[in-house]
This record gives sequence, C-alpha cells and structure tokens, in this order.
Amino acid sequence: MADFIMPALGADMEEGTLVEWMVKPGDQVKSGDVVAVIETVKGAIETEIFENGTVGELRVKVGETVPVGTVLATILGNEEEKAEAAASAPATPVHAAPETAPKPQVPVAPKAPAGAVRASPAARKLAMEAGVDLARLKGTGPGGAVTLADVQAAAGASSVAEPPSAPKRGFDPEAMRRGIAAAMAKSKREIPHYYLSTQIDMTRALQWLSAANAKRKIGDRLLQLVLPLKALALALREVPELNGFYSEGAFQPNEQIHIGVAIALRGGGLVAPALHDVDKKSLDELMRDLNDLITRARTGMLRSSEMTDPTVTLTNMGDTGVEGIFGIVYPPQVAIVGLGRVVERPWVVEGTLEPRPIMLASLSADHRASDGHRGGIFLNTFDKLLQKPEAL
Amino acid sequence: MSAMENTPDQVRAILQRELGNIAPEADLDTLAPTVDLREELDIDSFDFVRYIAAVSEALDVDVPEQDYMQFSTLQGAQNYLLNLP
Repeated sequence: MADFIMPALGADMEEGTLVEWMVKPGDQVKSGDVVAVIETVKGAIETEIFENGTVGELRVKVGETVPVGTVLATILGNEEEKAEAAASAPATPVHAAPETAPKPQVPVAPKAPAGAVRASPAARKLAMEAGVDLARLKGTGPGGAVTLADVQAAAGASSVAEPPSAPKRGFDPEAMRRGIAAAMAKSKREIPHYYLSTQIDMTRALQWLSAANAKRKIGDRLLQLVLPLKALALALREVPELNGFYSEGAFQPNEQIHIGVAIALRGGGLVAPALHDVDKKSLDELMRDLNDLITRARTGMLRSSEMTDPTVTLTNMGDTGVEGIFGIVYPPQVAIVGLGRVVERPWVVEGTLEPRPIMLASLSADHRASDGHRGGIFLNTFDKLLQKPEAL
Repeated sequence: MSAMENTPDQVRAILQRELGNIAPEADLDTLAPTVDLREELDIDSFDFVRYIAAVSEALDVDVPEQDYMQFSTLQGAQNYLLNLP
C-alpha cells in the first residue's frame, strides 16, 4: 500500500486545501493521472499521482486544509489490498459468488482530467466558498474556462447580496505574496548569488522571426519569447552546472531541461510552471506548449508536476518596458535568466555606428553550484545561439 | 462575415467582447477609446496577440504582424478594421 500525500508544490508551500477529488475509492489510477485539485497560494493545482494501483481510502475531505506531507489517500497495489478496500467500501451490494481463481479486475476508468471544469483559481475558491457548482456554469473565459465573474454572477443570482464586511473571497494575492516572500527570503538567506549580464544584438533574431511569421496565419505565429527560450535550453546543454537542484549540500544536475517560465497572473502574483524538455522541441512545439501553459496558468489548470519540475527559471520583463532584471534564484534551483525589453541602441558594427535592437540578458546563479566563469560561458553561448535563429 | 460588412457599433462590440475575455475584471464601459489598452489593462504580449487573434477570427480577417500596434487602442482597432480593403 502506498500513500498519496499533500505534495510540496514549491519551496514556499507549507499547506494546501483539497478542493476536489477526481477519483473515488476503487478507481484504478496510473502514474501521471490527475487525482485531485489542491488550492495553494499559487492557485488551484491539478495534482498528479505517481503510483499505479487502486484508490483505497480518501482520508481528507473536500474543503480541508492540511500540511504538506499529510496522507490524502491510500493507494492499493495488489489484489489482496484491493479486496480489502472493496470489502470496506460502502458500495452497492456485490454478488458474492466464490471464485476459485481471481478474475481479471474489471477496469474502472478514472475520471479523466479532460472532464474537469476549467476555472481560474479565483473562480474555484469563490465557488467553493459560495457553494456554486462549477460544472453547472458556462464559462466565458479563455477556452470556455469559468471566470471569477461567472461565479460571482452565479453566486449573486442564488444568494443575497454579500455584506460589506464579508471576508475576502476568491484568489488571494496577499497569500501568494506571503508565499513568494517566504521563498525569496529563504533564497536570499541561503543562496550566495552572483550576477552577470550581457547585451545581445537581436537584429538577426527579429529579422528571422518577422520573415517566419509573415508566412504564417495569426494563430500559428511565434512570439519573440520562444527564441530565447530555446536558446536558453541549448546553452544549458553546454553549461549543465546551471540546470538542476542544490539539495543535501550538493548540486544535483538534471539531464532533462525543464524551464520554469515566470507568468504574471491577472490580479497579482506570479507562477513559474515548467515547460518540459525545451531543448528537444521545435519552435512551433514550444509556441504551442507555451500557449497552453500560459492559458492554463491563468485559468487555474496547472498540474503539480509543472510546479515541481522546473530545473531553471526564465523571467521576461520586456513587456513592462523594463530594460533589465536580475532575478532571485528559486530554490532548490540554481539559476534564473532574466530578459529585458528590446531597445533600439547605437551599436558599433565593423567600425560603423548603427541603430540596433538590443536586449539585456542576465544570469543570477548559485555560487555553490557554479562560478562566474561558467556563467559567462553560458551567457556567451546564449548570445551566439540567438545570432543563428534559423538553427534553433 | 468580414469587418467591412459590420457597422462601427458591431465592430466595437466584438472588440469589447474579446477584450473582456482577456481582462474579465476590466470595466470596459468606462474605458476611453483612445487609451493604451496594454498599459491600462496590464495586458502582456501573449494576451495582446491572443486578443488580436480572437478579433481576427470573429471578423474573418487576417491581421499582419506589422499591424498589431493598430490594436493598442479600441479606436485604433475599430478604424483599422473598418478600413480594411
């Protein structure tokens, strides 16, 4: 028998609230299945299980808030355990004909994640508090997601007006701020950061992108961000000391390159879920996956593995007009790369002064895992890769 | 239906509807037609392109990348769409 516990979905998470079970006792599950939705300070997270077996007992009820590590459910792994669960489950009467040999178990399809209601974290939270059934609402958000406004409308239609002194409802930016504060304070206390930056001439990258997008329909066009995203992943292959985790007093490199993409949430707050295996994907695949990730981050449909898998973080502040950012490493990762706005600047090219689109790229890294020399090689490689966008 | 077959009010309604999907918390009734949408509603490049793509699909028109900035304001987008050849 195995336990499915409240996971730590980030260095800043101490507890979580179970907002939805997506399985019931007796359901078969396999590694990677989404079995529960857990509300954290970073929103509602679809939480996967990493065991194969049959759901035994659900030990935590919907609405309960429990610390990280609490057993949420038991998972039964063999026929004997499943039989015990079946015997103890308050099920409908079962025909008790004795069997001389165990028959193949009739598979019980786990509730598919695809059947889950798409809803923003704020909408989920308010729906739970107001007793609104998300499944009965028609979402007006991206991809039909139920938005906070949808739930507010439904709650308002079915109940009396909220008194002015009612407690704050919905997504709580203050709680997320406390979570971010805890993680960043821990990082600044424990991680000896070093910082490097370089100015990158984006002429070739932007020209290539413009030509590539001119041939595409609007829905298939690439955002500028996918170029540095892929270049970052390829540069990490050259400098693996920046890709992995610092834990138990040593750096543990990671073979796979999962980039946490910092995504600002409407209403405040920030998440940095993983884009998986970025170095192995084409630019079109990355654009598709980035679209999906951002949409799900903003509609409250992230998965637990996306919260725990990032091996490095990329933060892009160019949209805000900021020219440079020196991030704080998110533990246990050991590096964060920052991108600023592309700015037209005077640039000397073969002895001639020209206006060129320039982007400031920065690296903040953990000195326990790498040193400035290797960090410099990484930024130099990153720059060179962006000079050959056709090869990305 | 193409943009040219719509009245200015219909185009404005589509723009506001799609903007509302991107920024559901925004009070679009009080949004000045010439205000910079990205600054006023804190819309990043991802959502800005998604907004243009949604409008483009709703009106069955193609918007080249170099024309994206026409959508920075409601008025600019409306004028652009109504004047498409």
